[in-house]
Amino acid sequence: MSFIDRLISISRRRSPWICRLNGGSCNGCDIEITPCLSPRYDVEQIGVEFHGTPKHADIILISGTLTVRTRQAILDVYAQVPNPKAVVAIGSCPASGNVFADSPFVLGTSLDTIVPVDVWVPGCPPRPQLIIEGIRRAAALLESGATKSQIERRP
Amino acid sequence: MSELWRYLLAIAVWPGLLVAAPLGWVEVWFVRKLVARLQGRRGPPFFQPFFDFMKLLGKEMVIPVGVSRAAFLAMPLISLASVTAALAIVPLPGNPIPSLPGDVILLLYLLEMPVLCEVLAGYVSGSIYGQVAAMREAILSLAYNLPFLVAIIAMAQHVGSFQMRALQGAPFSAITVIAGITFLLALPARLKTNPFSIANAEHEVVGDALVEYSGPALGFFKLSHAIELVLLTQLFAVIFVPPTAWPLLTNGVYLAIGFALLAGITLLATTTGRLRLTQAFRFYWVWGGLASAATLAATLIW
Repeated sequence: MSFIDRLISISRRRSPWICRLNGGSCNGCDIEITPCLSPRYDVEQIGVEFHGTPKHADIILISGTLTVRTRQAILDVYAQVPNPKAVVAIGSCPASGNVFADSPFVLGTSLDTIVPVDVWVPGCPPRPQLIIEGIRRAAALLESGATKSQIERRP
Repeated sequence: MSELWRYLLAIAVWPGLLVAAPLGWVEVWFVRKLVARLQGRRGPPFFQPFFDFMKLLGKEMVIPVGVSRAAFLAMPLISLASVTAALAIVPLPGNPIPSLPGDVILLLYLLEMPVLCEVLAGYVSGSIYGQVAAMREAILSLAYNLPFLVAIIAMAQHVGSFQMRALQGAPFSAITVIAGITFLLALPARLKTNPFSIANAEHEVVGDALVEYSGPALGFFKLSHAIELVLLTQLFAVIFVPPTAWPLLTNGVYLAIGFALLAGITLLATTTGRLRLTQAFRFYWVWGGLASAATLAATLIW
């Protein structure tokens, strides 16, 4: 691995840019993501920036139960994130559907069957510390080239 | 040393890319850190802008369907090249380029290029958000350029020469103060900081005109913004602050003034909300126009 490659992989850990995606959430998890930017948690200390567009993002945070209507949106947004990328599932809903599990509008599957998820952050909603920890782990995976999309693209 | 080498040295090393890029990153870090401290946060680590740039270099570049590849990729490079060339013209002490006749006009032209590139980038990307941001940026540039250009042209009129060295050596007088204030009036909008962060309103139009840019192209745009910070603050220092007899000390003074300007602009940015486009436009054509008229009147009287 050359010096420049090493520098780039360290930079991936030190500068993870985030895009949020609400996949049918009750908004509880999204409200818990916002305090990460506040003085108490100040996620900028580890280089995180929140961006509105998936084109600038390295990590997408997907929250919420997966509904029939958001499935295609999740696929579209995931495809727009430039490689290398990581996915962090926020809350219990992407994994199991949580309390909405048997609703007719909710897909009965976990997020894993739609896009490859790298880090699961459990909780309903998870605390901001846990969300930051999830982002940190995803960034570490990006550094070592171990996110699922990176492994898939290996020659 | 031949002429060509002098130009290459000025564009590539001092005051060009090799010095300006790290300095630009330091200034970006300074602004971000100061914003964080003023908001009661810790703020980013010192090497953050450098890490951001390196990460963007290592990312894939997505070019939207139906967009001209050449135009899409040319914009960040033209922007970076013109900012660097503009900085190479600025007569910082130790600049190897000899003074050219009429280089103020060349500088004014090169200063407009990054703004133009960003407007074109917004339109070329085909994204509706990018186009709205580009439109805002274009209209705002019509507003702030009135005091901005008048401040520099009034100094040229005062000295009686369109040569940067002559402007730098101008004796300190009342006109320097009035023109300096006019220049400072335009600076926050020129740097797109908060009361005038209309084109890069992240809550209204997702981001700036660069929403569709990713990877190295976005990285080069960010780098050219960082160098623009250096360029505009150093330009203020060169034109409106008299140089000392010692080149090194002069550079130190210029740098200190640059950081002080950034601190002031950041303080303004953190304590104000965003204006609407019409309000900003009216502000610049009324107060900026009055300041411009006062500056021009001062040059004619003295």
